[in-house]
Amino acid sequence: MKSLILQTATRSLVAVLLLFSIFLLLRGHDEPGGGFIGGLVGAAAFALYAIAFDVPSTRRMLGIRPQMMIAIGLAMAGGAGVISLLAGEPYFGHLWYHTDLPGFGEIHLGTFLLFDIGVFLVVIGVTLLVILTLQEE
Amino acid sequence: METLMAVLVGVLFASGIYLMLRRSIVKLAIGLVLLSQAANLTLFTAAGLTRGSPPLVPEGGDMPPVPFADPLPQALVLTAIVIGFGVLAFTLVLVKRVYQTVGTDDMDEMRSTDGFKD
Amino acid sequence: MSHDVLVALPLVIPLATAVIAMLFYNSRESQRVISVIGATALFAASIALLIAVREDGVLVSEFGAWAPPFGINMVADLLSAIMVLMTGLIAFTVSIYSLATMDPRRESFGYYPLFHILLMGITGSFMTGDMFNLFVWFEVMLIASFVLIALGGERPQLEGAIKYVALNLISSMILLSAIGLLYGVAGTLNFADLGMKLQDVDEPWLVTTIGMMFLVSFGIKAAIFPMFFWLPASYHTPPIAVTALIAALLSKVGVYALIRAFTLVFTQETSYTHQILLVVAGATMVTGVLGAVAQYEVRKLLSFHIISQIGYMLVGLAILSPLALAGSIFYIVHNMVTKTNLFLISGVSYRLQGTYELKELGSLYRYHPYVSTLFFVSAMALAGMPPFSGFMAKLTLVRGSLEIEHYAIVAVALFTSLLTLFSMTKIWTEGYWTPSKAEENDELPPGVEDFPGWTSNMIAMFVPILILAALSVGMGLLAQPVISLLIETAEQLLDPSVYIEAVLGDES
Repeated sequence: MKSLILQTATRSLVAVLLLFSIFLLLRGHDEPGGGFIGGLVGAAAFALYAIAFDVPSTRRMLGIRPQMMIAIGLAMAGGAGVISLLAGEPYFGHLWYHTDLPGFGEIHLGTFLLFDIGVFLVVIGVTLLVILTLQEE
Repeated sequence: METLMAVLVGVLFASGIYLMLRRSIVKLAIGLVLLSQAANLTLFTAAGLTRGSPPLVPEGGDMPPVPFADPLPQALVLTAIVIGFGVLAFTLVLVKRVYQTVGTDDMDEMRSTDGFKD
Repeated sequence: MSHDVLVALPLVIPLATAVIAMLFYNSRESQRVISVIGATALFAASIALLIAVREDGVLVSEFGAWAPPFGINMVADLLSAIMVLMTGLIAFTVSIYSLATMDPRRESFGYYPLFHILLMGITGSFMTGDMFNLFVWFEVMLIASFVLIALGGERPQLEGAIKYVALNLISSMILLSAIGLLYGVAGTLNFADLGMKLQDVDEPWLVTTIGMMFLVSFGIKAAIFPMFFWLPASYHTPPIAVTALIAALLSKVGVYALIRAFTLVFTQETSYTHQILLVVAGATMVTGVLGAVAQYEVRKLLSFHIISQIGYMLVGLAILSPLALAGSIFYIVHNMVTKTNLFLISGVSYRLQGTYELKELGSLYRYHPYVSTLFFVSAMALAGMPPFSGFMAKLTLVRGSLEIEHYAIVAVALFTSLLTLFSMTKIWTEGYWTPSKAEENDELPPGVEDFPGWTSNMIAMFVPILILAALSVGMGLLAQPVISLLIETAEQLLDPSVYIEAVLGDES
């Protein structure tokens, strides 16, 4: 399906959607948002691109195999738990690191963020794996 | 409210099972979706419905105002929806592959593994 | 090592293996090496877990550091640790066997990552401490097994996969609804908390009804009568290594879930629920073996035997005496070893003669006496002949049943055993003993002249078979330590307070 309107709109929408997905990812934990919902929005961006254009150019834009994204995501999510294990906590016992960043105020980083980014990548990977497989052929 | 939900769950289960009993694999997949929604709704309803009082702790307090909705079933349903999403995605790919390989979506044509000889 | 690490390892190792194998998606060779290393590490970790559980009692790890009953907790009691150990053993042997039998196409389409994700789902199901996470681990396991069954995309595989997916999803939906209702009644899903709160519930009939929903759901997964028909329609379709893996592990997860639920949670009206279990166990044994007797395709025949043996595993649960329950667990352990081995050996005979049809196989004993001996050991173990493991397992089970004077189930079990012996003899005579068609025409049967010598492939095929056969003999000859461990396990299961106290602490 080649629609000029959709293609033109998609060009600008993809950027907005991806930005929004990262916003949702970082907003998570303390406020509504998080890796899963962010990942779905991110996957929607790529899916929209695949509908407006075609699958090969979507794969090129993605730049990485969906399988590889799943692997990296799982490694980050699972690895977040292993860090806690190494620190003598139970699996997924979350560790926090608080710091003051000039200009931003206090920020706290935790293994939870690593887990969430992992989930984000897995969700994008799985969704795209299925959508691109279905759309090909 | 619970009665309405119970009726809805019943309708969803009934239509899901009806669709699964049809011979088309596409209908089988749609039936599975309805069934999974019915199960999610059962989980949600059976755990108790509390309207309009989210379990959010107000600023400065240390407990949400009672009565508040039980957050656990919501977390469970969310997880179940995510899992259902993954399973459904796989089922769709499978249905497409089966259609491509067997050349029909009629379940009655897919009995080569049931008989005595392949 | 701390308990948290020991409990987490059987989950972390397969996950890490799968992830690393996925990162090497383009290199088949590295995936093969990673897979075997991962499976070996899992086996080692599962041995360490069982030793620790025996020394220190029930191990609990609170994932995310939330105290039960609110958080997610993983519990390793003796039963869980034994099941995890068996998973490790099967993973170890089948991962080696896969090296020789898996075709390059499937290998490069992610066979090894899926293999280890499946293992993670299985060990997770064995160790989880609450109902909802049991559902989650079931789904992890099922999605991995769906893809493993369909991987390769041959027509029989896809047809089998559709049936497998549909039936297992229905079972998952029943499980999810039952979990919802259970939460509505009890307000908790933690096994230990449920075990405590449901002891003196006001409406036992309500809990029993929910328990029956769990019976149906776990029953579909365990392939018990009358919900087994998806199993022989799908298990034989994928390559033999996949069949061996899922045949050994998947239905046993269903049996494990039944044992866990009906010894810890649903013990309100045992005279009613466990009577049903007993009838179902008997019917499962008989129908399964009758199906097997009629079959002439080795993999289908063995698939029907899986069903029949699920029946034996339920007898001990239905009778609920320490000896019978120990017999049931012995039967699970024995069956995992023997059934896997039979599938692996039938893979060898397929390699030799290119068919699974009994009527086309033949002359194997004449030309390959060692292969035949290995088959004979496993077949006789499955049929319950002394001195192999099956004999001791059945003996324990039968003695347990006789102690409480359940003569009918003993009769059914022995009758089934006879038919099992008959169908094993059928494979032996048709496949191994009688001359094949080619030989009757004075030609050499296939697989004789081009016997693939002592190559690395043969080592990869025979090492797992030899290990499993040795275990099958060993568990029969040196049954005393095994049985004493299993009786300890059964006593732990029949006294839920041990489990509850380990999870919730002493204040309960």
